[in-house]
Amino acid sequence: MLMPKEDTKRIKQFSIVWSFIPLVLSAWLAIDYWVRFLAHGSGEMAYQVNLSWIRALGVNYHIGADGLSIPLIFLTALLTFLGVYYSARVVRKRVKEFFVLFLFLSTGMFGVFVALDLILFYVFWEIGLVPMYFMIGIWGQAKDRPQYAAIKFFLYTLAGSVFMLLAIIGVYLSTGTFDILKAAEVGVWTSWPLAATLSFWAFFVAFAIKVPSFPFHTWLPDAHTAAPTAGSVILAGVLLKLGAYGILRILLPLFPQSFAQFGWIVALLGVIGIVYGAFVSLAQTDLKRLIAYSSVSHMGYVLLGIGATAVALNMRGQEGMFKNATMAFNGASLQMFMHGIITGALFFLVGVIYERAHTRELAKFGGLSAVVPVFYATMMFAGFASLGLPGLAGFWAEFFTFRGAFGIVPVLAIIGVIGIVITAAYILFRIIQNVFLGEYDPKKWDHWTTVDGEPADGPTDMATFEKVTLWPLVAVMIILGIFPSLVLNFFNQTAVDILSRLF
Amino acid sequence: MNAFEIIRWLSPELILLITGFVVLSVDLAMRRRDEGRTAAVIALIGLAVALVMSVLLVLNNPATIVASTFAVDPYATFFKVLAIIGASLVILSSMHFMRGKSLYLGEYYALLVFVTLAVSVAVSATNLMLVYVGIEFLSITSYILTGFLRNNRRSEEAAIKYFLYGASAGAVMLYGISLVYGATGTTDLVAVSELMKTTGGANHLLGIAAIVLLLGGFGFKASLVPFHQWAPDTYDGAPTPVTAFLATVSKAAGFAVAGRVFIMAFPHFTTDWMAIMGSLAILTMTVGNLTALKQTSVKRMLAYSSIAQAGYIVLGLAAYNPDGQTFTGLNGLLIYLFAYLFTNIGAFFVVLAVEKHAGSSDFSTFKGLAKRAPGLALLMTLFLLSLTGIPPTGGFLGKFYVFAAVVDRGLLILAAIAAVNAVIAAFYYLNVIRLMFFQESEDERPLTVSAGLNFSLVLSAIMVLAIGILAQPFITWAVDSVLMVSKRGF
Repeated sequence: MLMPKEDTKRIKQFSIVWSFIPLVLSAWLAIDYWVRFLAHGSGEMAYQVNLSWIRALGVNYHIGADGLSIPLIFLTALLTFLGVYYSARVVRKRVKEFFVLFLFLSTGMFGVFVALDLILFYVFWEIGLVPMYFMIGIWGQAKDRPQYAAIKFFLYTLAGSVFMLLAIIGVYLSTGTFDILKAAEVGVWTSWPLAATLSFWAFFVAFAIKVPSFPFHTWLPDAHTAAPTAGSVILAGVLLKLGAYGILRILLPLFPQSFAQFGWIVALLGVIGIVYGAFVSLAQTDLKRLIAYSSVSHMGYVLLGIGATAVALNMRGQEGMFKNATMAFNGASLQMFMHGIITGALFFLVGVIYERAHTRELAKFGGLSAVVPVFYATMMFAGFASLGLPGLAGFWAEFFTFRGAFGIVPVLAIIGVIGIVITAAYILFRIIQNVFLGEYDPKKWDHWTTVDGEPADGPTDMATFEKVTLWPLVAVMIILGIFPSLVLNFFNQTAVDILSRLF
Repeated sequence: MNAFEIIRWLSPELILLITGFVVLSVDLAMRRRDEGRTAAVIALIGLAVALVMSVLLVLNNPATIVASTFAVDPYATFFKVLAIIGASLVILSSMHFMRGKSLYLGEYYALLVFVTLAVSVAVSATNLMLVYVGIEFLSITSYILTGFLRNNRRSEEAAIKYFLYGASAGAVMLYGISLVYGATGTTDLVAVSELMKTTGGANHLLGIAAIVLLLGGFGFKASLVPFHQWAPDTYDGAPTPVTAFLATVSKAAGFAVAGRVFIMAFPHFTTDWMAIMGSLAILTMTVGNLTALKQTSVKRMLAYSSIAQAGYIVLGLAAYNPDGQTFTGLNGLLIYLFAYLFTNIGAFFVVLAVEKHAGSSDFSTFKGLAKRAPGLALLMTLFLLSLTGIPPTGGFLGKFYVFAAVVDRGLLILAAIAAVNAVIAAFYYLNVIRLMFFQESEDERPLTVSAGLNFSLVLSAIMVLAIGILAQPFITWAVDSVLMVSKRGF
């Protein structure tokens, strides 16, 4: 931040190096946790730091990480690094501000994933809002109404979070602590079910807006379409996960009774999201909007899994229910991780084509497979992973979610499967067929440039920096498609840990 | 208590009084050669000495009542400190802004010292008559300051409007005091509370009537709806440094007096005045926010926003809870006001800088500010986020405390209305950020800021962050300040 803003090259280099550090650290964190805890079958909260912050309120700087948060921390670090690296090439205006905000944003996200104090959680939650607002507003494309999208994004999230703040105050008044772990031990509003219900919904609305769950999703297509590529990647890859993470980290342990009671509504909203999001994706004519809506659909799986887990709490006695719940929990959390990787890749890919064509209208493309084979191949991987092809990352998340949910809320799970079919339709027909297959017609679109903005006769294939950005993500999709246990192990141990306390 | 002791207890006020006169006479001696700079410096020194004295007085002696009308206690000291800091920042920012705008700058600084003295008297008064004197003193000095730009018609209009409303509000308040006196034969707050114990029948009605009438006066100062009609035009027309003062210190004085009078004199009517405050809070927040949405000048928008903010602040009284463990409502009110002081003064000072440069504070003058004056735009963003209540700013801590008190009292509907209002308000605050950062300006000249203003701005920004991040010392201070009033330990 202290660097002169004219020296954009140094700023970019510094940002790349600086964002690489958390990636290394988070990878090391994951390995260390694996060796020290997972290897012994434990998914407990580790690396806790607990310092007093505001004594008068008992607010602590309490952070820690467990199997639920570590993969998400890694995801954040990975996407932040790739986002910074990618942006170093394509961001040309107000460079310094962009990277300052980007790094600031990732601070907020890391913070949410490690916070174990409700106030601290809230602080980080809100901190992420401001840089994203600027990123959409300043670097968005003028034709996508970025200023409108930025304010809409901010107000939607704020509307949820003010009610969350009231609920946080409620938790404090009930338990006398802001500590998430302690509050879960004491139990929140155990003697006053109405207050518990109200607090539950206040939290849920805040998280559901962020996820976003139907019917709170309307900010998402606008924000995603308007945001710059790296912004969309972070938005879809990480910010959406904050909501789902909040549900698993706060709602499930703190309000198990209310959640068990209303879990079916959560699962239902998830299923509506899956089917509705998929149908709306199918109808899109803008590639980026299509992928944005596909996020609504895919985050629906997460909600279905979480909702099913909660419903299972009500069926405690039944045989195999714990296993079903664990599976649904695992599916939901796997989906969070996988969706981050896959959608991150998809948004990067949209960026790749947009930098060249300066349009995202599906109708303007066609037959690109022969012209840009590398791009085509990369898109195939990401697309197939997204529709859940076995052997790629998305499959396992969907498998566990539906397998778990089927044992708990069978009807909803079956309806949800429709979503998978439609997903296949929009990936195959809308993206693959529309953009890549068919006859290449150079007259269809004549504003091609190279990635650096020089005029060109037609699309050029992916440049090295784009390959460096995308191939690690493809590699993760393939590796996790074959060895899902690399990530699943983290989630599973912690799922068992959290659920065994509730069952 | 002998004369010497009385002088000792009143030393901060006496210092302010003397400073005021010294400033006047020095200015006379200087014959306005230095455009009031010496006067400003002397005023600042006087304020600083008064600040130190008032803090020293309560360090070892928690509470003393002088001549049974004037309390020297932590509660009063809190507001004295707030007023002195506010006045000092206003003087610092005026040194450049007011230059060339008026010939009588010595008087201007003297008036700022006197207005601080007025606040200091009002917040210390434990007798309704002295409360009245303090508030009227505050009003009269404020009228003159508002109309200080004599060749500016808007400034004149602002002063006349303020005066007419103020005079009526003062009369209404006086009528309330006469009702109380008629019923109890005293104007001493503690004695009133003893005599107004029986709350049945006619006595009850009389008590409520007195509260409502008194509120006419306090609500006028605090710009609570429906006593707010003067505020937008006055804030808009007054010289911007004065606006900053009116919207923060003068408003805080209104809340301070309301808190002390209602808590000390009407403890048996607590549920009644809490309900009244609750309704006023809803009205004030909603009306302030909805009208702020429609403004096209940043200064006017901030004027309406500061009405809306008064609505959040009064939540502290609406949820007053003397037995509250952590949240007594009143402590939230103090924290809120302290954070709000720096936040709003900061925001008005940015307006001031833009206004000095562009001649007005229309939305168009804020366009592309990020490019012309990145530092200014950044500070404005911080102040606006604090007004919105985004952590980790002081504004968040203030909102948190009053909201918590409301929830603690079980007033969930009130809490929900306040929450919705916070989101509405976010819209127009963000709109200014949008103008500054997302839009291009027609005017490409870089914007320069005077040293005094720069210092005030940076100090305000540091305080906004310090209150939000360090939090603990400010909370302790606020909690200690209200202890005495809440527990009525006299």
